[in-house]
Amino acid sequence: MSEAAVAHHTSTGLDSRKMAFWTFIGSECLLFGSLISTYLVYQGRSVSGPTTDILNIPLTSISTFVLLMSSLAMVLALAAVTRGDALWSRVWLATTALLGSGFLGFQAYEFTHFVHEGLTLQTSLFGSTFFVLTGFHGGHVFVGVLWLLTLLVRSFQRKLGPDKSLQVELAGLYWHFVDVVWIVIFTVVYLLRQ
Amino acid sequence: MATAALTVDAPGFGSRVWSWITTTDHKRIGILYGVTAFVFFLLGGLEALVIRAQLAQSSADLVSADFYNQLFTMHGTTMVFLAIMPLSAAFFNYIVPLQIGARDVAFPRLNAFSYWVFLLGGLLMNASFFFGAAPNGGWFGYANLTSTQYSPGLNIDFWVLGLQILGVASIAAGINFLVTIINLRAPGMRMMRLPVFTWMTLVTQFIVVTAFPVITVALVFLMFDRTFGTTFYSVAAGGDVLLWQHLFWLFGHPEVYILILPAMGMVSEVIPTFSRKPLFGYAVIVYSGLLIAILGWGVWAHHMFAVGMGPVADAVFSSTTMLIAIPTGVKIFNWLATMWGGKLSLKTPMLFSLGFIAMFVVGGLSGVMHSSAAADLQQTDSYFVVAHIHYVLYGGAIQGIFSGIYYWWPKMTGWMLNERLGKTHFWLSFIGLNLAFFPMHFIGLLGMPRRIYTYDAVLGVDAMNFMSTVGAFIIGLSTIVFVVNVWYSRRERIEAGMDPWGAATLEWSIPSPPPNYNFTAIPEVVSRLPQWSDTEMKAIPTEPEGEIHMPGGSYWPAVSAVGILVLAVGALLESLAFALGGAVVLVVGIYAWAFEPFEM
Amino acid sequence: MTERAQQQSHPSTATYLIIAAILTIITLVEIGVFYVPALQRVLAPILLLLSGAKFILVVMFYMHLKQDHKLFAAIFTIPLLIAIGVAIALMALFGVFVR
Ligand SMILES: [Cu+2]
Repeated sequence: MSEAAVAHHTSTGLDSRKMAFWTFIGSECLLFGSLISTYLVYQGRSVSGPTTDILNIPLTSISTFVLLMSSLAMVLALAAVTRGDALWSRVWLATTALLGSGFLGFQAYEFTHFVHEGLTLQTSLFGSTFFVLTGFHGGHVFVGVLWLLTLLVRSFQRKLGPDKSLQVELAGLYWHFVDVVWIVIFTVVYLLRQ
Repeated sequence: MATAALTVDAPGFGSRVWSWITTTDHKRIGILYGVTAFVFFLLGGLEALVIRAQLAQSSADLVSADFYNQLFTMHGTTMVFLAIMPLSAAFFNYIVPLQIGARDVAFPRLNAFSYWVFLLGGLLMNASFFFGAAPNGGWFGYANLTSTQYSPGLNIDFWVLGLQILGVASIAAGINFLVTIINLRAPGMRMMRLPVFTWMTLVTQFIVVTAFPVITVALVFLMFDRTFGTTFYSVAAGGDVLLWQHLFWLFGHPEVYILILPAMGMVSEVIPTFSRKPLFGYAVIVYSGLLIAILGWGVWAHHMFAVGMGPVADAVFSSTTMLIAIPTGVKIFNWLATMWGGKLSLKTPMLFSLGFIAMFVVGGLSGVMHSSAAADLQQTDSYFVVAHIHYVLYGGAIQGIFSGIYYWWPKMTGWMLNERLGKTHFWLSFIGLNLAFFPMHFIGLLGMPRRIYTYDAVLGVDAMNFMSTVGAFIIGLSTIVFVVNVWYSRRERIEAGMDPWGAATLEWSIPSPPPNYNFTAIPEVVSRLPQWSDTEMKAIPTEPEGEIHMPGGSYWPAVSAVGILVLAVGALLESLAFALGGAVVLVVGIYAWAFEPFEM
Repeated sequence: MTERAQQQSHPSTATYLIIAAILTIITLVEIGVFYVPALQRVLAPILLLLSGAKFILVVMFYMHLKQDHKLFAAIFTIPLLIAIGVAIALMALFGVFVR
């Protein structure tokens, strides 16, 4: 154990996993940056099919709020794990996963609705850029939900004590990052539609 | 106990192979990278020789136009992604932990994963040859040549998926090395005491981590356009084929620095060692490296002057391109000033470093010529650009890498490479490269376009093309001399000892090759050049005080990599079963990896 | 463990709730602004400002960058700025601003 502790000593005193994770998030900035840039440069250039008018602002406002609240649940989950509160860890982890799934449900509804309205991946530049951008985001949410459920299982196995709080913190960083990406998408794609 | 597992007496062939598959030792992974990349280097070189044989005379018909397209595409793609990048990675892996006084990288299993993903990605890309469908759209694969309308075969699909896979490997390794260098330095190894090679690795990995996501997105668009019929690069739908060019070069220009900065780092280690003088202007080299990483993001459209972006964009990108030549050029003066008044010893590593400087200046100057939009219009898509890129990437990157190979070989193997054969290698390579690439400047200015499988005698470039071909074969010969050198020196086996060159940095303070734990005790660094310093570093004991626990092996990284390959094959064959199978293997691999006990 | 405990002085639950409340309010304002016809002409700057504020709040408090080591902030901010720069440059090159 002491050997392991020595091995974990780092030059900056910071945890390597956390540093790696922030680096990954930095990398993701460029991934979503490229997707959002493409959406923006192609905005208003579609030659056929439905345009941004079909975006449902009230509905998406609700799903945005759902995702925002999931971020709150996530920080509360981390706080509960850190203080060793198994019950509330599970409650908040489950809540976060549930809210995340709720967001995905809204997105699934939105996508199918758009397809019925005649907007698909192939329809137009708007269709391609919109579905790929929001789809990539949704994919990230989906991975996040799987991660949260994994943590929930670990908690039920009593393997998520305060000493493992870093695992929850990393999941949290991922989750919040996905949330801030949505903050940008909601503004740029939905509210600033042309 | 892991140490014990590695030294079981006389292991059979099977268990030796297994130990390589499961290894997480940065040194062994470095060797895997090096050997694999060298094989790809030979393959890419072979492709180049066929290209040159075809171009040796006008109106030749050695290969068909279509096969020629496959050859130049695979030559470029292979050399960039499967040779130069992973050859550098071999040194990141082997040398960086030794230079910073660490026992391994921050994430040994992620490191193994990067290697296996790289290997499988490279194999997938090259497997295309067996289907007669090697990528044929050029290494920068411009839209809409890559659309299903103009490239209906599997060629471009192989290319897209291969590059996507290689991107995963690169980003994973990038994150790993950034963290390793920042977080695993020995006590006293402050950032401004890091050897320049490690610094350049750090800068390179920052560029990898930020630039690769952009090409990932560009490739996703292309893949979706081809597979699902999206409209990203479709003019009919109102799209713009220039989107690809912008995204590609947003990645592509930083990629140039990914290729050249590691070589610059190697040269910055070799020149002080063989001049018996500390590097001149260490801080300037470091800061100019950092500056390049940032400025490198603002020059990409100099590859696109010919598309008509308008005077404002042309002027902006011309200026930024001229600007970025400054931090690049500064290094040349640093190296020259390091040698000035030094006690020069012209061993093979030094010769390759000197060759690097001279040839990089030539390539750099023709690069600055391209920065003028007006001049570039005359040069773009001609052999002039081919001359430029080869001076930078062969004269620069490859010579720098060979300098590194000769320099660190004794550290990696424990024995020296033969000097006479080394010098023969250098001079053949140096003469060959100038003979091969210098005439291309004129061939280009006289109007021969690149990527055309043949040319007419009327153009009057027959003689120069023939010269170029002769030069290429001399380069090929020089590479054979290198292989012979390895074979010969291995039999000759002149022991290297810890520090055969009298070099200054930390990796030379331990045995060659280093034991699997590298340092018997983590060193306490007191200066930037510990081996040359007056303030003596506390001696590293010859025997470890106690048992040193090194992480054991794991096969889950390799399993996960296989999952990615199967997933890609599924995408290639548009087979849902394959794709799902691959995804399952990948997910199982990741979970098993995350939850297996692994001492660190 | 003590080392970890020290660097992990995360905000209290109360702070988390206050931030959530502010985020909710900003989102409501955003949606409100969207429906005010008089504001249509200055919609872009207002919304960018508001969503920027949300972005910063989440990153600072929920992702703990406010208290955490500056290195983490740098590792995140530099690529973010590159991404923003690239987005603006591409929009300029594609003529989005003059359309
Ligand atoms: Cu460039």
